[in-house]
Amino acid sequence: MAEREQIQKPTPERESETEEAPAASERGAELKAELDDLLDEIDEVLETNAEDFVKSYIQKGGQ
Amino acid sequence: MSIPKTLGIETEYGIVHRGTDEPNPITASSLLINAFLAAEGYRPDTRSDVVAWDFIDEHPDVDARGFSPMGAMAPEVETHLVNAVLRNGARYYVDHAHPEMSTPECADPLSVVRYDRAGELIVQRSMAAANELLPPGQELVLYKNNSDGKGNSYGTHENYLVSRDTPFGEIVRHCTAHFITRQIFTGAGKVGAELPGQRTDEVHYQLTQRADFFEEEVGLETTLKRPIINTRDEPHADARKYRRLHVIVGDANPSQVATFLKIGTTALILSLVEDGAIPTEFIFKAPVASLRHVSHDLSLREALPLADGTTITALEVQWELFDLVRKHVDDRGLEALGGEWVDEVLRRWEFVLAGLEHDPMDLADQLDWVAKYRLLEGYRERHGLSWSDAKVRAMDIQYTDMRPERGLAWRVGLEQLVSDDEAAASISVPPSDTRAYFRGRCVRDFPEAVVAANWDSIVFDVGGDALRRVPMVEPMRGTEAHVGTLFDESDTAAELLRRLGN
Repeated sequence: MAEREQIQKPTPERESETEEAPAASERGAELKAELDDLLDEIDEVLETNAEDFVKSYIQKGGQ
Repeated sequence: MSIPKTLGIETEYGIVHRGTDEPNPITASSLLINAFLAAEGYRPDTRSDVVAWDFIDEHPDVDARGFSPMGAMAPEVETHLVNAVLRNGARYYVDHAHPEMSTPECADPLSVVRYDRAGELIVQRSMAAANELLPPGQELVLYKNNSDGKGNSYGTHENYLVSRDTPFGEIVRHCTAHFITRQIFTGAGKVGAELPGQRTDEVHYQLTQRADFFEEEVGLETTLKRPIINTRDEPHADARKYRRLHVIVGDANPSQVATFLKIGTTALILSLVEDGAIPTEFIFKAPVASLRHVSHDLSLREALPLADGTTITALEVQWELFDLVRKHVDDRGLEALGGEWVDEVLRRWEFVLAGLEHDPMDLADQLDWVAKYRLLEGYRERHGLSWSDAKVRAMDIQYTDMRPERGLAWRVGLEQLVSDDEAAASISVPPSDTRAYFRGRCVRDFPEAVVAANWDSIVFDVGGDALRRVPMVEPMRGTEAHVGTLFDESDTAAELLRRLGN
């Protein structure tokens, strides 16, 4: 049990080893801007009648 | 002792025939594939010019556990539908009312990504070719997903060659833990749930397409009572030396990073199992329930019960597996585990696990479930929509629309590991480093002489009384290094066979 408890918490070394974390946050800001741009133009490509489209999207089961 | 991992993916695409009142998915799938074959010059004159699939070695009903349980239903082999071998060594066919693409055998995870993307480009070309043939107002549209949101699922299967010496029970024990927990980076995301008896509004959004459809821990079925570990024992190779782990529990991923990690981490864990290098066991108390709980838990913090009475989260299991693999790589060296790609898998695996721990939303350019979630959540906020709104559900489906201008996954900024130019070059060129090279070159150089082909043999008609079968039971033979010069120096299939000593 005690051993399992230990592995439940990521070790502090792990966090300091992870140099990517700050870079990932900067990337997060970039991604936010890109998402806003996409949301601005997305209505042009979305299915015009969403309800009918969802209802008619029926597939035969496969593997 | 771990062996080189021959790898591949089979993808069943969703298909919609727009503009007709009587859609027939089997007819539509056949039209799609035949249109591609015609457009690419596979069938200049007659039907017989397409290299057909040879079913003689197909045994999907053989069980890896060495027995067939009573009542188990073996999958049927459908031999009458369109079934073609492509110049890149892939198989493109109609399966269970879906068009299906099997990549050629690949020797590393990046090669799998390249041929999976080539498969997507083939699907795009197929749609364009088919739509030329259809009456105005009609259109075929494909979707790289695994569920219609109404309880019908179709699969994306992975294949890994493993040593026959490895007891199947060892694979079951360790892979079950990986399959339950890898969902945190392999999931393609889904709005709602499709569990019988569960209202969809109880689960707004979940990590995976497929988890709702799994009912058993281990078994042979693929269409009913799907098991987390599939026991189909059909190695398509020398059965005394190899088995093929057929993994049916994954999602189709537009994200190349997700595909790379799905294949790469699983291949490495199988190498550790072969080497007996996994001292820690994660035996889940209720594997099927845990598979679903992980998929339904966006916090990634759900405590999953283990058989020994303790609990653990999916992220913790993944960190443990990552540490074991990294230690094994340090001990054995990159080359013993497969080469440079091993380092790249470790680097990306660590990056993704750290990101999931810090804030999954930072991984919107890496993972499908995050990219889709952010897009849908952003749209919902802007327009004040609920998760069950038809617009949100439509976007879920449209995420994998294979039309480049319509599919949201292609516009959401996912990192590409393989450029479209590289992938396009792989549409008609096989991998150089597996037996797919031999198959692809035969189809490309001597289509008139190849009567049929399958994963482990090719049948030639070079005149004379008898057809000649060339077996390919070693997946890592028949590579460019082995036979490239033979092809370059042979003007006819007869000459090739003579030089092969067949």
